[in-house]
Amino acid sequence: MFNFHKDHRSLVFVSFLGFLILSLGVAVFPAYQSQENTAPLPTMEPMTEAETNGLHIFVNEGCVACHTQQVRSIEMDKTWGDRPSIPSDYYYSKQRMSLWRQSPSVLGSERTGPDLTNIGKRQPSEDWHLLHLYNPRIVVKESIMPSYPWLFEEKSEVNQNDQVLAIPEEFSKEGVKIVPTKMALDLVAYLQSLKQAPLTTEQEVDFIPSTRKKLEDVKSENNDNQGASLPDGQSLYTSTCAACHQAEGTGLPGAFPPLAGSSVVNDEDPELLVRIILQGYDARPEYAQMPGFADQLSDEEIAAIANHERSSWGNDAPSLTAEDVKKIRELVMNQTP
Amino acid sequence: MQANTIDTENWLTSPGVIGTLVLIVIVIVVGILILMARLNSFLGRQKDKQVRKQKSQWNEELVNLEQSEIDTILERRKRAHKYQLKGEELGSAYDVSDEKGLIHKVTHKPENPIADEKKSAAEAIETPDQLKKLIIFYLGTAVFWLVFGTFIGQYLGMKFVWPELDSASWLSFGRLRPVHTNTVFWGWTSLTMFGLGYFVVSRTSNTKIYNYNWGWLALVLINLTVIIGNICLMSGINNGGGEYREYVWPVMSLFALGLIINFLNFYKTVANRKISEIYISNWYILGAMVWTIVLVIIGYLPNFQNGLGETVIQGYYMHQGVGMWFMTFTLGLIYYYLPSALNKPIYSYSLGVLAFWTQMLFYTMIGTHHFVFSPLPWWLQTVAIVFSAGMFIPVIAGTTNFLMTMRGSWNHISKSYVLPFFLIGVIFYFVGSAQGSFQAFRFTNYIWHFTDFNVAHSHMTMYGIIAFILWACIYAILPRLTVKEPPQILVGAHFWLALIGLIAYMISLMAGGTLKGLSWVENAPFIESVIMMRQYWVWRAIGGTLMFISHLLFAYNFYYMVKKRKVTEPINITPKKVNQAEPKEHV
Repeated sequence: MFNFHKDHRSLVFVSFLGFLILSLGVAVFPAYQSQENTAPLPTMEPMTEAETNGLHIFVNEGCVACHTQQVRSIEMDKTWGDRPSIPSDYYYSKQRMSLWRQSPSVLGSERTGPDLTNIGKRQPSEDWHLLHLYNPRIVVKESIMPSYPWLFEEKSEVNQNDQVLAIPEEFSKEGVKIVPTKMALDLVAYLQSLKQAPLTTEQEVDFIPSTRKKLEDVKSENNDNQGASLPDGQSLYTSTCAACHQAEGTGLPGAFPPLAGSSVVNDEDPELLVRIILQGYDARPEYAQMPGFADQLSDEEIAAIANHERSSWGNDAPSLTAEDVKKIRELVMNQTP
Repeated sequence: MQANTIDTENWLTSPGVIGTLVLIVIVIVVGILILMARLNSFLGRQKDKQVRKQKSQWNEELVNLEQSEIDTILERRKRAHKYQLKGEELGSAYDVSDEKGLIHKVTHKPENPIADEKKSAAEAIETPDQLKKLIIFYLGTAVFWLVFGTFIGQYLGMKFVWPELDSASWLSFGRLRPVHTNTVFWGWTSLTMFGLGYFVVSRTSNTKIYNYNWGWLALVLINLTVIIGNICLMSGINNGGGEYREYVWPVMSLFALGLIINFLNFYKTVANRKISEIYISNWYILGAMVWTIVLVIIGYLPNFQNGLGETVIQGYYMHQGVGMWFMTFTLGLIYYYLPSALNKPIYSYSLGVLAFWTQMLFYTMIGTHHFVFSPLPWWLQTVAIVFSAGMFIPVIAGTTNFLMTMRGSWNHISKSYVLPFFLIGVIFYFVGSAQGSFQAFRFTNYIWHFTDFNVAHSHMTMYGIIAFILWACIYAILPRLTVKEPPQILVGAHFWLALIGLIAYMISLMAGGTLKGLSWVENAPFIESVIMMRQYWVWRAIGGTLMFISHLLFAYNFYYMVKKRKVTEPINITPKKVNQAEPKEHV
């Protein structure tokens, strides 16, 4: 019927038509369906103006080159969220940007830096984000993220309503104060807004587990040995706490308090320390606010972190068990309405 | 339905992904070797048969000779046996002079003290000056974008090692990365393909290009796309951050326009062909252009791209950008330039046709394999994975075709500076595509997705396959158009620096990427994987530097091949013409 070898018209037409049909089936139709059949979760709120601006800065600066925003449905990604991402999560953040630019592509394809799906929960402190943007190495020594100094102003004299960053000496410049611009504040507002919205019960999605030995297995094996049942405190500290309090427990003057030699950490009675980890802390104006970790860390994990803090960097306080944490957690839960 | 569990324990300790890959590759390589040995012995037997036949023919002839004929032969043989040299056959007392001007070059030593002297390219090909000029400008701007684009890439690679190299907003990593990718995509690769394609369509259709002005217009449009697009990206204007879709649509529509113009030009040229069959290269070239026109339109149409719709299109666009555009077009170029460099026909036309249709069928379906385990529909992911495996069909068909075309000409490889580029390109075509298929599987995604392994893979394909083959084609055709060959030592240096650089780049990122994935599986703190990667990033930067240096050499070689030279014409024509004659310039 068609003689492709001699008839250029039918050759080009058939390859055009074939590709078009396949494309409709594999791209246009599923895309359209996905766009039409997705609604936001009831627990989600539309983005504020500042957050939307922040998203646009996030996209313009190419942050998506290094940061993903998708918690995949596999166990490895549990670190980045409480549940795998679902289409609804992107309902507000992936609307068309403007006439000139299409809907932002935030899922990413590479993790040169951490996933940001839940960064607002993991790292709620505005001060931390601002310091990190100004120069990531202030808060994370080994970071290879670029600095974003153009999101900040250098001022020799500051107004009353300027927000001055507390920059450690080795990173600061003589005679100038660093003040975030509106762009920096919007970007941080966007980052702080990145939190997984809780699901209603019907929508339950689970991670695909791996058969790697899980925390629970290890625990049941060593059930009779209390000390060995705790997870690795140092590793948990590195991933959860070190961004602010630093790997050596030194903290950052003017931003995050030191843990080395801290009276709270070294207190014989661990109650206050565990309370702070569970509930967060914002009592001291000279330091940034600390978020609570009650939702993110299990009793075992909190005990392991506390033990690591109480036995490192010259600290020397008696260790505690998951049981102790559990009691304090119950106490805290009963207090808060 | 989703899979229930993923067994991460056994696939790491037992043979595992990596082992499986290595095994499969070995099996295939061994298979090919055996196949070749079999073919060889079959051909050997055929040859033996012929030799025996010839011998018996000779015997019969001898028996039938007359006595006088035998005497004559013996007499001649006796004289030959007694002949002795006088000692002056190779020289004389006279001065040597080349009165007719036939000898162009006399040498007692090879030009090249450290490498084998290569055979020079065949004679000049009769080409219309207009076409020559068009091709040279396409290739020239492409070479510029190659140097520029890879310079940016090189700079970005260094930022992994020294993150505070600069703190200018327009040089920051996030903004420059798309400048690198888009420049080498639309600037270097696309322009080179068009330039080489212009020669192919006109040559294989045995007719002239339909409209040269269209070609120039498209050239300007595409260069404008890259210039304006890069300025936009560096000032923070991009199309929502979709990979390879970073230019905003007003900019990209310039490219689309250039693409459509060139397509019409190629199509009309093929339509006007002077031979009845459409050469296989033109299948691929026209196919690539039609498909990419569809692709660009779908990729930039807005009404189905909110929410995760954008991600579906993103996977589709970024994979088919590589598969339907660069890969398909380049395959078309191989089907012309490889046989012409070897001076023999392509092994099998039918395999080429099979690969063409399977390329369209399988490649189109597999974009979503970039989003395995993502919130995209599970069936879409599964389709992508299944068809990724199907990619073995066009890849094996193509590879077989090219290798079988080269077969019997292996000894030419050491004598030619074009063929090594082809050979490496073809081998990477197989290895890179096979690896891509393997990477699509859920197991391998588990460990490699989101790591630097993907960066290694994309360089293996866009560089190992596409760039090497484009270089091969350029070195094959340009010296025949301009009658000027680049210095062999520099072509060799270009080849080796590019190859060694690429291998260093790939190996370091694949090893590092695998370790990174493993550390994530182990739930190690993220920052540990960053610290662990540092040494691998250093090696990546070193490999990248070698690649970049090779591009500088290539740019010089290109300049050497095309620079204008005064050619003195012999003055043996009428005095009238001599008066009008000005020194002619070769383009």
